[in-house]
Amino acid sequence: MGDHVTEIVIFTVLFLLVSGIGFVAARWRAPNDMGHLDEWGLGGRSFGGWITWFLVGGDLYTAYTFVAVPALLFGAGAAGFFAVPYTIIIYPLVFLVLVRLWSVSHRHGFVTPADFVRSRFQSPTLALLIAITGIVATMPYIALQLVGIEAVLKTMGVTGDSALARHLPIIIAFAILAAYTYQSGLRAPALIAFVKDSLIYIVILVAIFYLPYKLGGWGSIFDAAQKKFDGTPNPNDGIVLTAANQWQYITLALGSALALFLYPHSLTGVLASRNRDVIKRNMSALPAYSLLLGLIALLGFMAIAAGVKPLPGAKAGSTDSNTVVPLLFDLHFPAWFAGIAFAAIGIGALVPAAIMSIAAANLFTRNIYKEYLKRDATPAQEASVSKITSLVVKVGAVACIVFLDPQFSIDLQLIGGVIILQTLPAVALGIYTRWFHRGGLIAGWFAGMALGTWMLYQIPNAATGRAHFGGSAFPLNKFGFIDSTTTVYVGLVAVAVNLAVAALVTLALRAGKVPDGGDDTTPDDYFADEGDPRVSVPAQPTTTDPDLAPAPSPKV
Amino acid sequence: MSDQEARADGAPAVARAKDKSPWNWLLFLPIVVPLLTPLFNHDSPRVGGFPMFYWLQLLFIVLGVSTTTVVYQMTKKRR
Repeated sequence: MGDHVTEIVIFTVLFLLVSGIGFVAARWRAPNDMGHLDEWGLGGRSFGGWITWFLVGGDLYTAYTFVAVPALLFGAGAAGFFAVPYTIIIYPLVFLVLVRLWSVSHRHGFVTPADFVRSRFQSPTLALLIAITGIVATMPYIALQLVGIEAVLKTMGVTGDSALARHLPIIIAFAILAAYTYQSGLRAPALIAFVKDSLIYIVILVAIFYLPYKLGGWGSIFDAAQKKFDGTPNPNDGIVLTAANQWQYITLALGSALALFLYPHSLTGVLASRNRDVIKRNMSALPAYSLLLGLIALLGFMAIAAGVKPLPGAKAGSTDSNTVVPLLFDLHFPAWFAGIAFAAIGIGALVPAAIMSIAAANLFTRNIYKEYLKRDATPAQEASVSKITSLVVKVGAVACIVFLDPQFSIDLQLIGGVIILQTLPAVALGIYTRWFHRGGLIAGWFAGMALGTWMLYQIPNAATGRAHFGGSAFPLNKFGFIDSTTTVYVGLVAVAVNLAVAALVTLALRAGKVPDGGDDTTPDDYFADEGDPRVSVPAQPTTTDPDLAPAPSPKV
Repeated sequence: MSDQEARADGAPAVARAKDKSPWNWLLFLPIVVPLLTPLFNHDSPRVGGFPMFYWLQLLFIVLGVSTTTVVYQMTKKRR
């Protein structure tokens, strides 16, 4: 309490420790030649069960999640708990899809979802749209990781008066992150994830036993939350859902689950695994993180019971609810333990930020640079372009936080979730069926993007007094033809329209005999496993050969 | 789907264990149940101080884990 020096020292020591690990990671399981995109960008496609578990877990359950979900429960109550069903249904949902995608990527040497779409539909245009969607959706997500670190720094009192002084610690942290990601590629976050997750598990296990004991038991924590929500003018908060927000809860959980594995960084973690078995086993093991997330979410209610008052936000008069969890630790734990908790959140931001920047860099390299700028790029050239792009991406993310209102990143992230969902017909359904015409998918993408953005623009937020982009809960009566106060998740409505347009345009194009692209994949590719030969290297049965399959030959 | 079959010219499916299995239908259970809000949107009964809304949803994690584990074990390739 007030003893921020101890916290800062522990935070800094742990931060420097993982930075060291990040640099050393280049030599961990290292091949003879790091100058290949498969090595830098996918860790050699060789990760086993444990590494994949830590890597994907550290990737999906980000620092922002750990800070923002409890903040949501603190502010709105039960509605914020959607993160739990969302992270339960995701695994059975993608159980079969991801192994098929892994197989086809293994056969063809795909690094990004857009690589797959390019071959499946023989459409560089559609692949470009998928790549741009991925990059645009990922950028604000990286910026949000900085918001997570900033909440911790603010609580420790590391703030300055000018914009530059306030952001200096973050700029330094990201410079270090950029340096070791540049050097070690995906191996750095994979190794750091072990430290990050161990810290988070320890911190949370202590917190969920110690805090309820101090706050008078779980029963009184929930009662305190209910008492707070009873006193607010908002009719839709409370410790259970109301009639108006149940559909929002369901559609948000489902929509978020569908979106999560469409994010390029999730696929990076999946494609880095060694074989199909690793992925399937992880689908059963990853929900351990969901349990963790559920318990972390409840820290929001503990903060209510403990009487935490969030720190002021960037704008005068506003509060930064992301600071409630750091404040809870600051108030109720000894400084050394709070320091460890803060380090866990800070390091927790670095793992996903590294993977996301790698994923965005791979998209640029494979689907823009190689496709449009240098068709005959060698794998070594791809690797160096990706490394440089990952630096650019991080500079961009830092610039977002330093020069723009952090709220802008949160808005963009909100839009990001809706737009990444628009790649579902081409990527996720494309894994199962080649029925859609490539023109239909392009038309559907435009329809979904336009509708989704329009709907988000229409949503006000009474709590913050904003007229647009106030959230992702769309009141159905805004359509004009439905009379109901029920709200639904924008992304799910937009992707439904996207699918309908894609199907209708497909039928129309078929009827008009407009030529469709072919398909470079065969049904058998979707079941390939470790040890099966890569396409185009038939003479070499060894899969340890890191040679990428060259881009599919243009048959048109 | 028939389109896909017709397209497979010259690339006959190798006799390999496909991922088709009736066990896969089981995966729908943990996808649908956690979305049925009327099932768990209640305060009581409380367990260990947790309202039903929270303890039951946390319990669904166990449902998800056991279903994916069963499906994985039952569809595993015998080698």
